[in-house]
Amino acid sequence: MDGVHDLGGRQGFGRVRYTIDAPAFHAAWEVRANSLYGYAVRSGLFNMDEYRYAIERMEPRHYLTAPYYERSLTALATLCVEKGLVTREGLEQRAGGAFPLSGRGVPGRTNEAVDAPFAVGDRVRVRDDHVPGHVRMPGYIRGKRGVVVGVSPAYPFPDAHAHGVAARDEPTYDVRFRTQDLWPDSSDPALVHVAVFRSYLTRDE
Amino acid sequence: MNSPTLPPGLHRTASIEDRVRAVQAVLDDHGLDASTHAPELDRAAQEDWVPRNGARVVARAWTDPAFRARLLADGRSAVAELGLSMPKHHRHLVVLENTPQVHNVICCSLCSCTAFTIIGLPPDWYKDLEYRSRVVRESRTVLKEMGLELPPDVEIRVWDTTADTRYMVLPMQPAGSAGWSEERLAAVVTRDSMIGVARL
Repeated sequence: MDGVHDLGGRQGFGRVRYTIDAPAFHAAWEVRANSLYGYAVRSGLFNMDEYRYAIERMEPRHYLTAPYYERSLTALATLCVEKGLVTREGLEQRAGGAFPLSGRGVPGRTNEAVDAPFAVGDRVRVRDDHVPGHVRMPGYIRGKRGVVVGVSPAYPFPDAHAHGVAARDEPTYDVRFRTQDLWPDSSDPALVHVAVFRSYLTRDE
Repeated sequence: MNSPTLPPGLHRTASIEDRVRAVQAVLDDHGLDASTHAPELDRAAQEDWVPRNGARVVARAWTDPAFRARLLADGRSAVAELGLSMPKHHRHLVVLENTPQVHNVICCSLCSCTAFTIIGLPPDWYKDLEYRSRVVRESRTVLKEMGLELPPDVEIRVWDTTADTRYMVLPMQPAGSAGWSEERLAAVVTRDSMIGVARL
């Protein structure tokens, strides 16, 4: 989905709020929210792709203003409701107030064709796909050309795995793009590498 | 965000602490006993998954050329030699070697992915809107704003963690540290240098 979470290359944001060696946590609830989602994944309640998709389905205003671990908690709570552990009303009764949750999902897709693998040095092009559900292709590489510089082991296909759809694991490729190709005349010259699933790529002849 | 089915007193959004407690209670009710298991994960997140791990890896790579070669070839196996582990879904660790001519920097434009068991859990700024939107497009400008002004002839390589392969930067050994012990070297390696927003 082309959600607000897909931030790479968006313009208008200001300076990074950077401090040297900033802590990972600021409050006990953050530590616990992180542990609870991790524990739910370890317990098999849901997988990482379902979790990521639940974050991406947050109402955009909520997503953009919530602290990081509130995004985590919102996804966890949403999945607890969707998996039938509790009703939204039951959750809100327990919390003693409203509990904003993520929006509804849409069906996912599988990876049907067996695609030939790529090797380091292969020239590739990112497919011009517009996927309604979960996808891990950042919008800024859609349709762009790059070169494979790394090959990973096979991973679950996120577009399926986030939706309970059966699919084969497939490799991801570290693909090198030039910022001049991604954002001509409006970027700093650099090489940007993106980890891209096989199904998002075609060979660039 | 209000729920019309609730009595009036419940229309205000619950505090974040109450929402965390509510979810934990739901998991407990489901038989998962989160109240018992979460404290151990709390501890691991604060004591085990810390930048000190990656610092040991970097110091070993600086002092042991054979280890450095193994690390660059297969990061996941090499860090295991130091007793370090990664979650099952992180199937690959790519270590990015900085040189006088090449500077690497990592990010996750879609959310927050990192090799957190090795370089530590990421700070807010890494997960925030500014870094995620800008570092892929204006890396030199962003690094300069963060205090790292790179010479113009240094090539910048940005790595966006958009799948489950993980990355860490192998910073250059600081000048004047030749001959230091591995322990002394590890003490100067920072998380930010392994993200690539600082040099040592």
